[in-house]
Amino acid sequence: MSTDDKKPPMPASATGAGDRPKKKSILDRHKILETNATLLLIFSFLVVTVGGIVQIAPLFYLENTIEEVEGMRPYTPLELAGREIYVREGCYVCHSQMIRPMRDEVERYGHYSLAAESMYDHPFQWGSKRTGPDLARVGGRYSDEWHVDHLRDPQSVVPESVMPKYGFLERTMIDGRYIEDVMSVHHFVGVPYTEEQLANAQADFRAQADPDSDYDGLLERYGEESVNVRNFDGQVGISEADALIAYLQMLGTLVDFSTFTPDASR
Amino acid sequence: MTKKSEIKKGDPETTGHSWDGIEEFNNPLPRWWVWVFYATIVWGVIYTIAYPAWPLVNSATAGVMGWSTRANVAAEIAAAEEANAAINERLASVELASIADDAELSTYAVSAGSAVFKTWCAQCHGSGAAGAKGYPNLLDDAWLWGGDIENIHYTISHGIRNEDDPDARYSEMPAFGRDELLSGEEIDQVVNYVMSLSGEPQDASLVEAGAEVFSYNCAACHGEDAQGDNLQGAPNLADAIWLYGGDYDTIHNTVYYSRFGVMPPWSEEASPAGRLSEAEIRAVATYVHQLGGGE
Repeated sequence: MSTDDKKPPMPASATGAGDRPKKKSILDRHKILETNATLLLIFSFLVVTVGGIVQIAPLFYLENTIEEVEGMRPYTPLELAGREIYVREGCYVCHSQMIRPMRDEVERYGHYSLAAESMYDHPFQWGSKRTGPDLARVGGRYSDEWHVDHLRDPQSVVPESVMPKYGFLERTMIDGRYIEDVMSVHHFVGVPYTEEQLANAQADFRAQADPDSDYDGLLERYGEESVNVRNFDGQVGISEADALIAYLQMLGTLVDFSTFTPDASR
Repeated sequence: MTKKSEIKKGDPETTGHSWDGIEEFNNPLPRWWVWVFYATIVWGVIYTIAYPAWPLVNSATAGVMGWSTRANVAAEIAAAEEANAAINERLASVELASIADDAELSTYAVSAGSAVFKTWCAQCHGSGAAGAKGYPNLLDDAWLWGGDIENIHYTISHGIRNEDDPDARYSEMPAFGRDELLSGEEIDQVVNYVMSLSGEPQDASLVEAGAEVFSYNCAACHGEDAQGDNLQGAPNLADAIWLYGGDYDTIHNTVYYSRFGVMPPWSEEASPAGRLSEAEIRAVATYVHQLGGGE
């Protein structure tokens, strides 16, 4: 373009002198959006919102996505501490907790996972990568001693394993000082911890790792059948390994699949 | 002056946009592209009719194809179970000892048992069944609780020293040092005696005294000649096969603190998740029995 002060000629469409019909077509109206960045942004957002609502909102009210199962309970304080360690160490990077409904997975890992089995998980630990095996039903599958050996030196029991060593867990003592706070946060986001469970958090935390303690209150608050009370790492005191093994040993054990048959149509 | 645009006759219309005098032809999209685009829309509509898709009031549309992940996996598993039902039933009902004599049954049991072993047993006993420290080798002739098929079957069904199954095999070696049943000197002597049974003791002068300590404290379970006792899961201490290790420090630890190896139960009644069927347990028992050490 020259620097001449004369204006460039207006394009034909802008002057209305073109050969378009007078009545505005839908494409002409759409042009308003295409030529106005702010409007385009607003309307794009609206379209994406509709897509999101259609896909996400029904999950909160459709009856067949909300499956109620018996046996689910919130994590005990020790298990919750173990779960925090699981998250902290990034176990989910290599281990999933989601058995998909496929024959090979069901035969290897057990019954496929149900949505309700993650109902007290914030955030859920489904994962998306299996460098190691799925852990959704690892509870009760191995002895505590195996878990101790395996965390200390995975290759000592599974020579083919590429898992790093987590021996420091059994040497790191924890006292559950903040476990009530952690439980309060979980309560805040919807886990139904009772006042009593919150008030006894520290006592329950200690009781679960000590079979010689008075753990009746713990069993009463969380369920007689589903709570393991053991010295998980076999050593004096409560270590991070105690908490992590307590968590691993209850994974996937809450729902009794001998009495529960999931609806096949879901 | 703006340079005159060079639109030739027969060129398509321009879009009407003009930036610094540069204009843009309003070329139509390639026809094939447009038709593929329309086809994907049609396919999308058909897909949502055929498969579960549209959320309604209480549930989503089920789709006219009647597709369901859960029903599919249930059907697949049922088909596999049905295909093996006859032979599994035979496997679960015949005499355990007669499985090996039935060629068809034992071939099936060994390959099915191999799959079960790799899924459920390999994590402790190793993918080749050679075991690891604290987890018995299943290939050799040394058995803690007996190596005939009945005993292997019982061990797999009920496990060892677990809390889940009241019928689990159970025995408990005393912690001779920790619980102060033996003095440090006596432990030193008996460790040397045990080492002398299958190799060189650390201090040969203590062996004789150790033999006496052994006969008073250890022989009740491990036997006078230290050949062990399968009924109590007491290992043979004279065969140079070690579960935890045969060096001085390891044996000393074993005597001082004792050992308490645990194996989970796998039967449907006892296992927390009801894991293996009777046919699967018999299959894996047959597999382990034929690995080389079966009695």
